[in-house]
Amino acid sequence: MQTSVLEAVRPTFRAVAHVVVPETRSLSAGGWTALEAAVERALAARPADVRNQLVTFLHLIEYLPMPRFGARFSSLRDDRATAVLRWLEHSKLLLIRRGVWGLRTLVMLGYYTQPEVQHALGYRAHPDGWTRRRRTGEHSIISPQHAAS
Amino acid sequence: MTTELAADIVVIGSGAGGGAVAEALAPMVAQGVRVLVLEQGAKLEDHEFTGIEADMADALYEDGGGFLTADGTMTLAFGRLYGGSTVVYTGTSLVAPTRVIRKWSVPGLDYRDVERRSQKFMADNHVHYLPRVLVNENNKLFFNGCYKAGFKAEQFPLNLRGCRGSSLCNLGCPNAAKMGTHRVQLPNAERAGVEVVTRAEVLRLEERTALVRVHDKPPGTKGLPSTWAPGEYRIGARMIIACGGSIGTSALLLRSAVTAQLKGLGERFTCHPAHILVAEHDRDITNDVGHPKSYYLDRAEDEGYVLETCMYFPFITAKNMTGFGEEHSMLMRAFPRLQMILVLACDKAVPGNRITVDGNGKAVVHYTFTPEVVRSLVAATRTSARIFFAAGALRVHAPTADPPLIDRNGAYRLDDLVHEGNFQTGRISISAAHLMGGCAMGPEGVGVTDGRGRVYGVPWLRVADSSLFPDSLEINPYLTVMALADRVAETVREEWNS
Repeated sequence: MQTSVLEAVRPTFRAVAHVVVPETRSLSAGGWTALEAAVERALAARPADVRNQLVTFLHLIEYLPMPRFGARFSSLRDDRATAVLRWLEHSKLLLIRRGVWGLRTLVMLGYYTQPEVQHALGYRAHPDGWTRRRRTGEHSIISPQHAAS
Repeated sequence: MTTELAADIVVIGSGAGGGAVAEALAPMVAQGVRVLVLEQGAKLEDHEFTGIEADMADALYEDGGGFLTADGTMTLAFGRLYGGSTVVYTGTSLVAPTRVIRKWSVPGLDYRDVERRSQKFMADNHVHYLPRVLVNENNKLFFNGCYKAGFKAEQFPLNLRGCRGSSLCNLGCPNAAKMGTHRVQLPNAERAGVEVVTRAEVLRLEERTALVRVHDKPPGTKGLPSTWAPGEYRIGARMIIACGGSIGTSALLLRSAVTAQLKGLGERFTCHPAHILVAEHDRDITNDVGHPKSYYLDRAEDEGYVLETCMYFPFITAKNMTGFGEEHSMLMRAFPRLQMILVLACDKAVPGNRITVDGNGKAVVHYTFTPEVVRSLVAATRTSARIFFAAGALRVHAPTADPPLIDRNGAYRLDDLVHEGNFQTGRISISAAHLMGGCAMGPEGVGVTDGRGRVYGVPWLRVADSSLFPDSLEINPYLTVMALADRVAETVREEWNS
């Protein structure tokens, strides 16, 4: 059985998540479990070296602010954590930019695929499509003949 | 232990190319010809198309939709299941532009022939225009915005039957309304006796032989088990037709000793590098109901890009916007007010953009954005922003602006705000579907195959998929893939009978 990738870097990952999607600050324990489970599933399908790179990159992020701010990333104030991540996002090194992009994509994967989050955003796509909206009175004009075309 | 089997014709892949070939060869089964289709992915049952984003990606797409180019700067999306990418596209059905086919200059490939075959598939796949009453506001705003900005949007013909407007096309239609090969060509072929084997990964080719591994169904995953027992198979065939798509077919031929040295193999890879642009309106619009892709604006010939309406799901939308943090979240919270445009750049085949395989035989796509592509993406973004604002949007998210959010009062400064200097790979999200090339048609010594998909120097091998394209098609490619595959199958039939 594959071990957790995030276990060793959880505080940093969560601190990154707070910056990437500020709403994660108010996630419940269950919300975090769902977010991290989605991330772990995505990582499990990736080669081992990609998983190792991610852990290394999170370690780098954790200790990078020490010289400038005297604190680890996971202990930084919001504005400082955001500044660090933005600086990395605009790095001259493609590898670093890719790392930030990959990390923010993982956070977004874990957060925005949650059904309750999608519902809260107002996302309402449904297999019944127009028929469902007709039931809510939004699109009474759609006739069964049209819908069957 | 390896099981030895024999077939007359083995078709590898079941997407637009494989499906068309399977159907076209199906009448030969009655003459005693054994036709076998090998599909790497699974066959999903109708009830498994749930339309739930988290649920579907792994079941439909290679690498769950997260296949990255070698330098990690672009995501490539392609289907991996019974029906291939025809399960996950939006059903837009366009005939290849005359100018493109002529420019390809493939000996023996006549535009009228491509057009005639494309029209046949349009009829078979119930291609028609959506009634205007079923067009949602996301699409109407694009049409009206184009008009006000001085452009003329065109309507997409779509291959739908019984569309209920779920808007979930890219997650596989949950209402079985999209007429991909999984709904039309493959069932027709199977009824005529063609055997389709799913979860069958072709490891490599040897002389008139396919070495295949059939996979077990992993616990907790979607799809029917394969009809064949899991294990290794060695399938001898008189003819093998590779239809695994640009990346699949190229990689298969590259990892097979009998074909790896073919001149030009893996080269001439093209795609449509894309941005998803979003804009916020001051009211809710219908965007996540109705067919997502009704209109397009074709600027390919003049400016190297095409704009298409689109609607994506929360994660895909979030991923494709540039950046993160409060501004990004604010736009996501405005989801019901978002209008979306897909910006597609039309690239050209250039040296270096190619497919190779790694030590494990897995495909690696090398891709560099040429200055022309960057210019096209930036020009397309400016045009999209003008269309958004003309349609009444309050603010536009433009990946090649920094910061990416442009308010309405900045609309007059688009040329200053959106520029090539902000095209920083690795930071901005770029994705592509419509993967083309790798086994390009062309004259002997230049192409991998001739204009009928016959691989030079390998008489038992044909190619019938988008890997045949010697350069970008500049439009959504599935109809052209089917037309070319039909030509390949026709030649196989003629040669077989003679």
